[in-house]
Amino acid sequence: MTLTVDAVEPVRRKAGVLDRVRDILPKIVLAPSFALILFFVYGFILWTLYLSFTNSRILPIYEIVGFDAYINLWSQPNWYMALKNLAIFGTLYIGLCIAIGLLLAILLDQKIRGEGVLRPIFLYPMALSFVVTGTAWKWFLNPGLGLERTMQQWGFENFQFDWLTSTDMAIYCVVIAGVWQASGFVMAMFLAGLRGIDGEIIKAAQIDGASSFSIYRRIVIPLLRPAFLSAVIVLAHMAIKSYDLVIALTGGGPGNATELPSTFMYSYTFTRSQMAVGSASAIMMLMGITAIIVPYLYSELREPAR
Amino acid sequence: MSFLEIRDLYKTIGGVNILKGIDIELDKGGFLVLVGPSGCGKSTLLNTVAGLTDVTRGEVVIDGEVVNDLHPSKRDIAMVFQSYALYPNMTVEGNIAFALEMRGVPKADRDEAVKAAAKTLQIEHLLKRRPSQLSGGQRQRVAMGRALVRKPRVFLFDEPLSNLDAKLRVEMRAEIKRLHRDTGATIVYVTHDQIEAMTMATKIAVMKEGVVQQVGTPDEIYRMPSNLFVADFMGSPAMNLLEGRIAGGDGTARIQLTRNGDTPVELAVPPTVRETALRDGQPVILGIRPEAITDTGLTDPRAKAVSIVHAPVDLVEPTGSDTFVVTQLAGKEVTARVRSDVAAKAGETFEFAFNLDRAVVFDPATTERLR
Amino acid sequence: MSTATASVSPGSARAARFVIYGLLLLFAFIYLLPFFVMLVTSLKPLAEIRSGNMLALPQSPSLDAWAKAWGTACIGVDCSGIKGYFWNSIRMVVPAVAISTILGALNGYVLTKWRFPGHKLVFGMMLFACFIPFQAVLIPMARVLGIIGLANTTSGLILVHVVYGLGFTTLFFRNYYEAFPDELIKAAQIDGAGFFRIFWRILLPSSGPIIVVTVIYQFTNIWNDFLFGVSFASGGGAPMTVALNNLVSSSTGVKEYNVDMAAAMFAALPTLIVYVVAGRYFVRGLMAGAVKG
Repeated sequence: MTLTVDAVEPVRRKAGVLDRVRDILPKIVLAPSFALILFFVYGFILWTLYLSFTNSRILPIYEIVGFDAYINLWSQPNWYMALKNLAIFGTLYIGLCIAIGLLLAILLDQKIRGEGVLRPIFLYPMALSFVVTGTAWKWFLNPGLGLERTMQQWGFENFQFDWLTSTDMAIYCVVIAGVWQASGFVMAMFLAGLRGIDGEIIKAAQIDGASSFSIYRRIVIPLLRPAFLSAVIVLAHMAIKSYDLVIALTGGGPGNATELPSTFMYSYTFTRSQMAVGSASAIMMLMGITAIIVPYLYSELREPAR
Repeated sequence: MSFLEIRDLYKTIGGVNILKGIDIELDKGGFLVLVGPSGCGKSTLLNTVAGLTDVTRGEVVIDGEVVNDLHPSKRDIAMVFQSYALYPNMTVEGNIAFALEMRGVPKADRDEAVKAAAKTLQIEHLLKRRPSQLSGGQRQRVAMGRALVRKPRVFLFDEPLSNLDAKLRVEMRAEIKRLHRDTGATIVYVTHDQIEAMTMATKIAVMKEGVVQQVGTPDEIYRMPSNLFVADFMGSPAMNLLEGRIAGGDGTARIQLTRNGDTPVELAVPPTVRETALRDGQPVILGIRPEAITDTGLTDPRAKAVSIVHAPVDLVEPTGSDTFVVTQLAGKEVTARVRSDVAAKAGETFEFAFNLDRAVVFDPATTERLR
Repeated sequence: MSTATASVSPGSARAARFVIYGLLLLFAFIYLLPFFVMLVTSLKPLAEIRSGNMLALPQSPSLDAWAKAWGTACIGVDCSGIKGYFWNSIRMVVPAVAISTILGALNGYVLTKWRFPGHKLVFGMMLFACFIPFQAVLIPMARVLGIIGLANTTSGLILVHVVYGLGFTTLFFRNYYEAFPDELIKAAQIDGAGFFRIFWRILLPSSGPIIVVTVIYQFTNIWNDFLFGVSFASGGGAPMTVALNNLVSSSTGVKEYNVDMAAAMFAALPTLIVYVVAGRYFVRGLMAGAVKG
């Protein structure tokens, strides 16, 4: 370009040690947390998986014997009971929570006076511990002193409500208490969804002559699809994990009438000294939750299309 | 040696070449505007100068010092962002003083510097407020104050006016220009708005797809665009680009614009191209700005090559000061700028004067300007 | 959105409103009932519970049961009430919430503003950790706590709750900082602020709401936890929830329902108070834990 040659080449100032530390500082900060998760979550899952292939009983034995524990697990009537109960509990819990949650959300969305008072009432059980919920309902449903006697005292002499001590019906008590606790939360999710719907869509439908009922059925509820999905995922996740509620309400009983996979795992591992079987059941639970959560997380975390 | 040099700069992100060999120089006190459509790499280029983005290859030199490895804070630069990036939790005063505070400047000196910057920008009354309490234009001033107070070697502006309304944008444009004149600062300014580029720059670099298309003064860029992209991108309304052919050889060459069914229009060859560069029958694209096509009464008397063309008027667009007349030539819309008091009506034939002194010729194959 | 009915006759509209309010009040009654029963039972003497109606208000409310639950009720062989366990829970919850929140804030900051190749995988792995059934880590955790000498200690529970709360706290802060403009970080870098200074001076002062949400969420979760408590600290170091369950499910002696309910009230009060004081943030935390952002 030009013939004049620059006499001085520009000086190149080098990055110092401090600059290099600065570059990796973020990773240093993140590292402990990630290491904790890696060890305590993923490492432990592998550990449990390993134990499930051993013959561990009261203490871990690190000798692989194959699928014995899984064969053992799937031959336990108790495990089938737990799965059957989970199916009953899960279906009713999710179904009722969504039905009641949606109903309450729609009712609250009718420009209700006192919404600010009612909403917290529906939601407060969520702040309670499952153990407290279980304790309260155990008392409330107590056949001798609770609801049954109250109704009888009020003149319904033949009123019977002994589900809590009935082998066939106890699991439904768990459902009732569970729904009482979580349906308000589902309501909050739906209410947020309803409030997020563009009001002009509703106005357009009204102008088109749709009745309130058909506006909800044809327009609003389909628009709540994401809220439905979230609710199902969260509730399914809570159903599989739920342990405290059963322990506090029924202790898994009467007999094994309210056994769930979570209580099964705990009792086989810590009280029945069948650690390998307990591990195997934990792995089954993990697989169940993974099948629900991973696709959900994947779709939630996917880069939104721009 | 130039004050700011960008040498053979490459940037690859995720296998995509964002910058492909950028070479730009800027003298001390210069005002360089990087302009181009979105995605052309101009903001990435600015970020490499700031040190916010690493370069893949090449060098950034500021004042004789290769700064590639230097942290942004050590490059002695200041930057004004598109969103202003004011710290929401600090007052205006805190925002402006923050950089000085980070550099350990004593409180008394800081206060003085903040006061001086605030005075220059006429925001003294806003010092105790928070960014959320300011209007768009005020935020813009605070962002500039934050840069100004540092007295950096280079100011970097990343589309600073694009969040303002049209009127405020014109005001701030003038403000930045005045600031440049008064402080003698060296500025690199990114915009997609070619009017901003034209009005403020001492030097413009037009970019497209990671390549600098042309570097030059606003006048050079406007009059002598080096290719079809620059010609089309700079100027509003856009330059008329007309397909045609060279007719005749040495000394008698003309540019023929075909119009369907009608006799072809013949125009003189602009003096911006040497006739020896042309051959008979060669296809060309003639570039001519609207203001070089006028009514015959407005023709520049000093113009050497003027051609008169009669054509039917399609559309008349009065803007007040001028009137734009649109016609069809060679199958394309051609916009002419005529005096506002000239009577031109849609459908009637009008006499256009083409001032070819101010026209340029492009090679349609390479899209480069023929010289 | 809201569909205020405009096209129906005034009469049927009024009837519809009546039904809506009726339903809402009925549900509110049902939701409040168990808590009401719990409260009145805790205020009655045992004789009145046995003879009277569950729903009746106490004839002469007394806090005797509360006092007994707090100070002298027998949990196992130890008859000094639940107060020790209440303080166990406090000693566990305060550091666990503080540590997991601080780490979550730093993680969220790194994962949004100092991204590195693979940041998505790291975050995905931390997030998945929120959802695993804890049964899958129970046995190894019990072993490890035993080996490092933290079995049946509050410190052990703090460790457990920090580790398994990290995913959520990171999620909260990540989503919050995601919306925080990157240009502010760039500006601060040019201004000469470093990693920690940017966090401390620029991000943290604007993080008030998300800190409240995270603290409340973590507090509620950790206070209410039962599984970890019963697995790793079932003795003298047990948290409140475990002690409550032991008290309620013990089959020795006379069943004192009023004391059980008073103990349950003690276990419920801290989270209920938080809920009443900062319900808005509580709901936000629940929602953020359920769905992205």
